Amino acid sequence: MIERLAANARVVGALGRRSIRQTARRPQLAAPLIVFPTLLLAIQTGGAGRAVDLPGFPEVQSFLAFMLAGAMVQSVMLAGNSGGIALAIDLEMGFTDRLFAAPISRFAIVLGRLAGTAALGGLTAVWFLAIGIVFGVTIEGGPLAVVWIVLLVSAAALAFGGIGAAIALRSGKASVVQGLFPIVFVILFLSTAFFPANLMIEPAATVAEYNPLSFIVEGLREPIVAGFNGEDELAAVASVLGIGAVGLTLSAAAMRGRARRGQ
Amino acid sequence: MSWRADFEMVWALVRRAANEILRVPGAAIPGVLAPTIFFLGITSVFGNLTLLPGFDSDSYASFIVPVSMMQGAAFTGAATGVNLARDIEQGWFDRLLASPAPRPVLLAGLVGSAALRSLIPATFLLVIALAIGAHWPGLDGLAIALIVVMGMAVVAATWGTSLAMRFRTQSAAPLMQAGMLLLVFTTTAYAPLDLLSGWLQDVARINPVTQVVEAARQGFVGGVSWDETWPGLVALAGLAAFFTFFALRGMRRMARA
Repeated sequence: MIERLAANARVVGALGRRSIRQTARRPQLAAPLIVFPTLLLAIQTGGAGRAVDLPGFPEVQSFLAFMLAGAMVQSVMLAGNSGGIALAIDLEMGFTDRLFAAPISRFAIVLGRLAGTAALGGLTAVWFLAIGIVFGVTIEGGPLAVVWIVLLVSAAALAFGGIGAAIALRSGKASVVQGLFPIVFVILFLSTAFFPANLMIEPAATVAEYNPLSFIVEGLREPIVAGFNGEDELAAVASVLGIGAVGLTLSAAAMRGRARRGQ
Repeated sequence: MSWRADFEMVWALVRRAANEILRVPGAAIPGVLAPTIFFLGITSVFGNLTLLPGFDSDSYASFIVPVSMMQGAAFTGAATGVNLARDIEQGWFDRLLASPAPRPVLLAGLVGSAALRSLIPATFLLVIALAIGAHWPGLDGLAIALIVVMGMAVVAATWGTSLAMRFRTQSAAPLMQAGMLLLVFTTTAYAPLDLLSGWLQDVARINPVTQVVEAARQGFVGGVSWDETWPGLVALAGLAAFFTFFALRGMRRMARA
């Protein structure tokens, strides 16, 4: 039993490392994680930075401090999408079929891809925190908050990666997963990623209040702008667990479907 | 008679691009969908920026729709570059270069099709914007906005074409799109110049596309005037000339290779 667990852990580690290397080597996979969210962060901070003067805007050091959490969730959602695209490319090229034929757990194969996505998520969290600190943001929660944010972003990347993997396994086509790219932005715009819900326009404001992504955003934002808030952090963890459970359940179902169809 | 042959060549290339839309209508969807999601999303999120003192419009949808139309034009122009890269990969463009058609005529065909195609996302966005309460820009404001959108598509197409000539692969697509989007968004896209913060205000002040955005926007946020129009037209002409130079140089180099 322990031997089998160790073998699966080695598979997860090896595939996770492969996933990170693959992303680093393919600009079309790496760009959405770092380049696009960083550019959007810079442009939105400069373009809508005076929003902090609006009545009702929460007390924050700067608009950049407020926006960091939004950039992180944008990055992890795109990481999940990119991970799904990479998995679908592996399926199209027959690489995953060869792994499925090997005497290793199918779940470990998918988990390996998700481990890579989670690690990339953690790296993007470090990147955005570094940007914030370089441009004058003080992380109010201190060093513990930095560790917490990196862990939460990694877990969120794993959760969103599960959704991307499920769609890749179900469709087997990179173009289908790539087609979800605009939906990522719809979900982002309908959350508090870029603006407080009380200052958004209806019906987006109401949707944002109940969007699980908003809970994750707030769980990341609070340690940056104010310090730890137990209720927000619990809600964020619950959202990540919920999204992760949906992603893993759908992935498992898609894998079973592939096995049934002999794929 | 050569001008007539040139015109026929341009028209044939425009028709070829139009055929692509008719045969693969789905190919036009990303160019329409992305700016529409951006328009609705940004309006929902940043709509209350109009409450800031100094904001020169009471409707954020009116303020942002010309930017989305420009974004649509940028995507359409970049798509021309991607399609050209595909033609280069498949060897089809080599046959065009080997034909007796002058290179500026080939380029005119490519950018002409981009200019016409840019009207698809622009029209769609305009209908959506008016449906959610954006101001009617008036016939003169609308005409100027559409001319500017077509001009922006020409700029984006010459940029995309020069990159396609340089890299000769569709993998350059993100660069074609990102370059133009950067040019559009580092302007007064989100807020008036006085309300931009820090670096963006400095960049927007010197970015020629700021004049283009302001020219397209004037009818939506107030009256139309020649003073607001000509700087945008001059900026478009300058940008188009700049990128045309590189596109034609790329064609010459490709023909020599």
